[in-house]
Amino acid sequence: MRYLKSVIFLTCLLPLALLVWDGFHDALGANPIETITHRTGDWTLRFLLLTLAITPARRLLGWVWALRLRRMLGLFVFFYACLHFLTYLVLDQFFDWGEIVKDIAKRPYITIGFSAFVLLIPLAVTSTKAMMRRLGRRWRDLHRLTYLVAIFTVIHYLWLVKADYLHPIIYATVLAILLGMRMWRGSSVAVQK
Amino acid sequence: MLIKRPADIKPHEITEPALYRDRRRFLQATSGAALAFATSGLFLPAEAAVGRKLPDYRKNPRLSTDESPNSLKDITRYNNFYEFGTHKEDPAKHAHTLRTEPWTVRVEGEVEKPADYHLEDLIKSAQLEERIYRLRCVEAWSMVIPWVGIPLADLIKRFKPVSRAKFVEFTTLHDPEQMPGQRRAVLDWPYVEGLRMDEAMHPLTILAVGLYGKILPNQNGAPIRLVVPWKYGFKSIKSIVKIRFTETMPKTSWALAGPAEYGFYANVNPAVDHPRWSQAKERRIGEFLKRKTVMFNGYTDAVAGLYAGMDLRRNF
Repeated sequence: MRYLKSVIFLTCLLPLALLVWDGFHDALGANPIETITHRTGDWTLRFLLLTLAITPARRLLGWVWALRLRRMLGLFVFFYACLHFLTYLVLDQFFDWGEIVKDIAKRPYITIGFSAFVLLIPLAVTSTKAMMRRLGRRWRDLHRLTYLVAIFTVIHYLWLVKADYLHPIIYATVLAILLGMRMWRGSSVAVQK
Repeated sequence: MLIKRPADIKPHEITEPALYRDRRRFLQATSGAALAFATSGLFLPAEAAVGRKLPDYRKNPRLSTDESPNSLKDITRYNNFYEFGTHKEDPAKHAHTLRTEPWTVRVEGEVEKPADYHLEDLIKSAQLEERIYRLRCVEAWSMVIPWVGIPLADLIKRFKPVSRAKFVEFTTLHDPEQMPGQRRAVLDWPYVEGLRMDEAMHPLTILAVGLYGKILPNQNGAPIRLVVPWKYGFKSIKSIVKIRFTETMPKTSWALAGPAEYGFYANVNPAVDHPRWSQAKERRIGEFLKRKTVMFNGYTDAVAGLYAGMDLRRNF
């Protein structure tokens, strides 16, 4: 397990490594800042969906071991979300606070994307074992925020595209399936009681 | 605020000359390799089209900006041409399927001489000019591009529109075989754009057939495209097969796709934001910091008169 975890940890760093590699090899296209923004955003969403796939994978496929990867994957969501936000803050806006505040207040896709990022912070902070123990039952309730973060993130994507909704719709469908499985199970458990 | 002070110590006083010379050599070597890579395989579509020769043209410095143009690589590898895919690098990859020869442009509507014109016949008798224009995309990025083309007004005069002609409508080729992006209904194909007659007759408005002194590459709208430098890029319709003179305002593709977001006029205007993003600034491709967007993309002196008395906030 320890070995598997290290391998997956390194694998999760590959998107960043590729980004850095492309950066040094002039392979980020004519608008590198846009490319970095898109790629860090894409990976945030992919890791988010992967994290949400752990529980169904355990239930449906019996992959109990996968549960041990959930925290790490969740923290990679936060990691790529930080990179995405920092790209916006530093590379895209270059600390133009006036524009940033206007963006967050006036542009719905930025408002909701920023909200998703802010909601991730308490989740990352309370991801340690000590915090889990301290919060007890409330920890689970708090970490259900992940569902909201995922919904916000997909909406953020849907609201920013110009005309081609194919990719955001694929992500929205995957998210709907992952959340739907939970609701379906939730209701069937309730009936059994 | 960032206040720049001259450094007390010059970089060469810190770094040993041997060391930084080495670094320079490294940079030269790697950028050479990157260029070689970039101009190999992936670059073929542009190269293939560039094989044909453009007729002689003259430069027009009076109507050109003296800003330095973007590289041919940036101009031909970063395109919005949804007929070949919605990603910026898609057109460079897929536009080789477009057959630009022979090419016919149908002229119809309110004109004395409706006809099908061979492209060569349209260009033959006209004087080609190089115009270095700024291009501002509605997505808040910009470039400087050395087009070669003909003033649209010269052609319109030849077509002899009648007095009922108040607008000009342009249509892009509709052929999913040649334009694979049209297999998905991202927009309501074919792409349609339009201008008011006085905008179409304006000396800055050109039909471009060349870029950097060579035949226009497919991904940039070959063989003939509109260029209206004071409007957002989507107005400058590519691969034109039809020019129609109308009495009523044409229904244009982006205005139909998002009526609240894209207007018929689409003049570059930093004071009127796109509902979803700011238009106050733009990123010039190749630059790091954004620059301020200028009214009418910097062509105010030439074009403001066209819109005297108009509410540009409403007619966005």
